[in-house]
Amino acid sequence: MSAEILVVVEHLQGKVTDATHEALGAARAIAAGAEVVAVLGGAANTGLAAELAADRVLHVADVRLDAYSPDAYESAMRSIVAARSPRLVIVANTTVGMDLAAGLAALLGLPLAAYCVGLRADGTTLVATCQIYGGKVIAEVGLDGPAIVSIVPGSFVASHGDGSAVVETVAAPQITTRLRLVAYEVAPSADVDITKESVLVSVGRGIGGPENVPLAEELAAALGGVVSASRPVTDSGWLPKSRQVGKSGLTVRPKLYLAIGISGAPEHLQGMKDSELIVAINTDPGAPIFDVAHFGAVADVIELVPALTERLLG
Amino acid sequence: MRIAVLLKQVPDIVEELEIAADGRDLVRDDLRYRLNEFDDYALEEALQLKSAAGTEVVALALDGDDVDQILYTAMAKGVDRAIKVSGGGEPRSARAGALMLAEALRPLAPDLVLTGVQAPDDLEGQLAPLVGAALGLPHANVVNGVTLDAGARTVKITQEFSGGLVAHLEGQLPVVLGIQASCEPPRYAPVTRVRQAMSSGKLESVSVAAPARAPALALRRLAKPEATGHAEMVGGSVEDLADRLVAVLRERGFGAKS
Repeated sequence: MSAEILVVVEHLQGKVTDATHEALGAARAIAAGAEVVAVLGGAANTGLAAELAADRVLHVADVRLDAYSPDAYESAMRSIVAARSPRLVIVANTTVGMDLAAGLAALLGLPLAAYCVGLRADGTTLVATCQIYGGKVIAEVGLDGPAIVSIVPGSFVASHGDGSAVVETVAAPQITTRLRLVAYEVAPSADVDITKESVLVSVGRGIGGPENVPLAEELAAALGGVVSASRPVTDSGWLPKSRQVGKSGLTVRPKLYLAIGISGAPEHLQGMKDSELIVAINTDPGAPIFDVAHFGAVADVIELVPALTERLLG
Repeated sequence: MRIAVLLKQVPDIVEELEIAADGRDLVRDDLRYRLNEFDDYALEEALQLKSAAGTEVVALALDGDDVDQILYTAMAKGVDRAIKVSGGGEPRSARAGALMLAEALRPLAPDLVLTGVQAPDDLEGQLAPLVGAALGLPHANVVNGVTLDAGARTVKITQEFSGGLVAHLEGQLPVVLGIQASCEPPRYAPVTRVRQAMSSGKLESVSVAAPARAPALALRRLAKPEATGHAEMVGGSVEDLADRLVAVLRERGFGAKS
């Protein structure tokens, strides 16, 4: 085992993702003199290497890694990790990481600590703090030997490169492409862009059903805003996908975020926690949404929301 | 064509979760279990593919307290077979569980394996890539659309990225997919049909050997997160709450009367 910390670079449509800069920040914070190595895949993107806050960038210049293909990345990373035997591999727990981290761990027989939100050294052990049960429980795990962690976006301070990393071009001995990217599709532009609205009344599963969505729309209208939603609501088709806030939706920073019937899964909080004023209404006093909200009320949204609208219009 | 769906019982996280005195596990005595919600989407997607292409659907779940009920419900919803996978001894790690499921899948030789994108307790990684890698099959997670071509034995999938970006992927079967959302909301299983499934005696059981070696994660402790902040809670009747919250909003210039 070497002491190096290896970070898998995620790039989408020609851009290094924020989550990757955070993974490099996490690596820097625990490196303690060890080399931070970033692995960058893709044939025509050498330019991205300068953006990476690593000591060394391994550039796997292969056209099959231009876009994320689960199979191609897994096979390429497998051989690189096996050959270098780093102390720790850091992958962001994004769409890419939720596939790649566990796949690599299984193929290489390495322990994986997923949903990691904190990393520290305790002697020679690395201690990963992980978020489980929808953010209601924290698990601390000790990593004594080579391991993989997948880190939750938004949990570590990002680190950006100054172009000083040594760039080394390497080949991956075997890249398979049993699943291939055909095309990316950008969501059609929606009637409303929730990232540009200053007031969002955001609807969660606690609203009960699509028949109650108008209650939220009336409140939003009274506040001069629009409705947004958590993932279960758009998955159920109660509101369109373009209104979804969170990890698989949009990140919003409105002046007012009024969360109604949203418990606050980590994936949701990630997309709205930087809103200027957060007010939450939920029946569960232990709901994680209250940890990020400025004001909260434990109540049935079906009763409270119309009462709010009535007063605002009254 | 055969689709296997992996179902998992998980603690209902809507309930209050208590941590055991030794800090190693949840207090399990009064814990209520339910089907992992994303597995319900995987099941629905499998049943939609069944009605489109006439594929056989087999549900599998690792043995556990409420697993019979979960498998009976899957039968009531329309799966052709339901298999409870046991063996391996207790307690078993999530990694060991994934290897056991892979072992149970091997003789079934499914063309497609579906499961939920994640579960609330998958501290050791998500199931789809763990099982895919164990079987040597390609896998993709965060999938929200699956189209099968039975003749060509190919699959087209859509994989969801943040900000509404979607990747279209394709490849040869078999593959293992972690489902984020199904094309239709999960169907409801009428109680009478669940009862029929329970009395049908058709729930199958298979026992697999304990995996020789699964990397174990050294759990130090479980804890409640230390909240860095907490909302200022307003209390009282619905009328009081409405008055207080509207005052809070108006003080900050929201919803001001014009």
